[in-house]
Amino acid sequence: MALSRKIAYINLTTGEIRTETISKELRKQYIGGRGLDIYLLYRNTEKGVDPLGPGNAAIVSAGLLTGTLASASARTHVAAKSPLTGYVGSANIGGFFGPEMRLAGFDHLVITGKAEKPVYLYLTNDSIEIRPAEHLWGTDTRTVQQMIVDELGDDDVKTLCIGRAGENLVKYACIRTSIKNSAGRTGIGAVWGSKNLKAVAAKGTLDIKLHDPLMALEYNRKIIDQVTSAKVSKTMQKLGTPFIWGVTNSTGLVRTRNFQSNQLSDADDIEPESIEEDIVGTAGCFGCQVHCRGKYVIREGKYKGIYDEGPEYTSLGAFGAEVGCRSKTTVLTGNHLVNYYGLDNLETGSMMAWAMELFEKGILTREDTGGMDLTWGNDEAVIELIHKIANREGIGDILADAPLEAARRIGKDSLRYLVHVKGMSNLHSDERPTPALALNVAVSSRGSDHLRGRPAIDLYHLPEPFLRKVYSNPIPYDGPLTSDYRDYEGKPWQVLWQEHCYEAVDCLGICKYHTVFLGPNMPCFQEWPELIRVNTGLSFTPEEIWEVAERGYTLERLFNIREGLTRSEDTLSDRYFDEPVPEGLPVVRGRCIDREKFRLMLDEYYRLRGWDENGVPTPEKLKELGLDTI
Amino acid sequence: MEKVLVIDPEICTGCRICEQVCSVVNENVVNPYRARIKVMRWETQGVVVPMACQQCDTPMCREVCPVNALEKNPDTGVVTVNYDRCIGCRMCVAACPFGLMMYDFVDKKVIKCEQCQGDPQCVRFCDAGALRFEDKQKNGSAARKKQGKKLKAALSGRDQP
Repeated sequence: MALSRKIAYINLTTGEIRTETISKELRKQYIGGRGLDIYLLYRNTEKGVDPLGPGNAAIVSAGLLTGTLASASARTHVAAKSPLTGYVGSANIGGFFGPEMRLAGFDHLVITGKAEKPVYLYLTNDSIEIRPAEHLWGTDTRTVQQMIVDELGDDDVKTLCIGRAGENLVKYACIRTSIKNSAGRTGIGAVWGSKNLKAVAAKGTLDIKLHDPLMALEYNRKIIDQVTSAKVSKTMQKLGTPFIWGVTNSTGLVRTRNFQSNQLSDADDIEPESIEEDIVGTAGCFGCQVHCRGKYVIREGKYKGIYDEGPEYTSLGAFGAEVGCRSKTTVLTGNHLVNYYGLDNLETGSMMAWAMELFEKGILTREDTGGMDLTWGNDEAVIELIHKIANREGIGDILADAPLEAARRIGKDSLRYLVHVKGMSNLHSDERPTPALALNVAVSSRGSDHLRGRPAIDLYHLPEPFLRKVYSNPIPYDGPLTSDYRDYEGKPWQVLWQEHCYEAVDCLGICKYHTVFLGPNMPCFQEWPELIRVNTGLSFTPEEIWEVAERGYTLERLFNIREGLTRSEDTLSDRYFDEPVPEGLPVVRGRCIDREKFRLMLDEYYRLRGWDENGVPTPEKLKELGLDTI
Repeated sequence: MEKVLVIDPEICTGCRICEQVCSVVNENVVNPYRARIKVMRWETQGVVVPMACQQCDTPMCREVCPVNALEKNPDTGVVTVNYDRCIGCRMCVAACPFGLMMYDFVDKKVIKCEQCQGDPQCVRFCDAGALRFEDKQKNGSAARKKQGKKLKAALSGRDQP
């Protein structure tokens, strides 16, 4: 069964490996994926552990449905204490690795210690081998995957790896697989680098048995039809996520020049229609019919002729709006380089934008930058800076650190211009006109981030009765809700609901584009029980899945509190409150977040969660979730 | 009527749902390595090619079989394995020029695409349309039309539609 896969504990210091089965009880409490991920992280690290020390645990988790006949069941979750924030490090990745890890017999890897010399792990049919990787050290994320395939003599081997950024302990280095799949956020790549762990490779041929194969086949067909009949999916099939740019930039919801503006003018070259000209086809992750990964070849410049995949919406921001560049070539090249080095594109773009504003304000000078001209829109400088960050050269060495560390190293007034939450930068979206989205980034368990609980459908002006239908499932909600995205009413519940929705798909191992993220009619709590039943035989009610999500999310909170988090960090940078957006449509222009109303939203959010006014889960809530004895 | 599985590598997104579904339909489990169809990948160049048995007019697997375990249906053209006769020598695996006569290491038997009794499930799940199940007479018509359109555009001096 899909349920027979094991947890493997690998100590890289001693070379000791032991395995453990997963009890049904644990499944009922955490399902798998991100749920068991945080459970394992909480239990296998000690308070105050050094994120880059041997005591940190690097965890790799397949979802409960990863590799089964659930549409887009491609996902793998990775975790560790984050070297970027000091709190929960947690990221999700698609591609083909997760299903392969399950075919090899494993659901979760808990990797501790530090290898004396670079190593990689090879998982195959219930066995794990620690192999030398000195010859792989220093390679980019694409080359290393090919070298492992060649060395093992098997084209079907799938690999998670780090690039030079992870080896150089860039605090926002990511984990990668295939051409573009990345577990981008919170710097897990640096944790792997600190353990001398270059890669985890898998190839397995063990059957994934299904509870009811024929029903699973038919139910999968139904879910696929539900997903792909949505207009948003049809657009994604053609354009990938860059399609979002057209709406957000014209409305004025795009962060430009490090939050100084909210719209990039004269940017025709990076509009989705222009990007589409360079997209030669699209690629899908395991079993996915949305196939949102664009395939492109760089047409101009120094990197002409190189094939890569993407760009995601986030790269349009990182190498476009945020740094004030308007060139498609820069976006496509920047996207390629972060893939090559294994860097989180969001953090890279935000750090560069911050540095450019410091340059504008005279806090950084040509002397600091080694002669580089960090003027907004300097395409060459942006590309050069990516190399410098990944290799920790010159100014890049400072920018490769966590934002708060970098601000300490630069000193002066630099912290004032840093836009972050819990020490992590955001993507290029400007949430000042959208309180729901702003609350989401402020309370997200891994620092400023949109993929933990963004109520993106809040931007659609959906009628209130329809919103109520979505947000009252499976838990009845009779509080306020409003279809105006500029409002503060009812937004805390929307954020909480989305947090549980995303936590649940991350536990299941399904892609977020197959649930209520960009499309309101996507599969969700009502469909998942049957999906779980036909594939695994486990029975869950929608309410039980909700509770699993709440348990996982609360445990992430407990982890953060253990590491020192307080209410004061569930907030936004001053710019959100003090500087109204200067551009955009009349509906957004001049708006910013009201401090008092934000405080009330946060109070309401805590209250709905059963947390006290300091954001600490109450003893009653912990008891209810069975977390009082964790 | 003879129908064949037509592959279009240019459209294939490489998602492997065909392998996934094939293994479920034929073996009741998800195991791409027991599927009758295989997506070949050259990821660094962005090239993927789905490959499945084309039910040859002169099937080399049948030619080489010492016990006549492979039969070609005169009506549908489908080549099937008669497991009552098969001795598991795997000469058919060696003979197939495409490597699409395969060996199932779990059940210890040779396997090949037999078109799911006339309703190939890989085709049903390939929404991208990289796999099609078409009348043999139509084979190649899509490619001809695609290239023909280019020629037409060139001759009439207009941009392609």
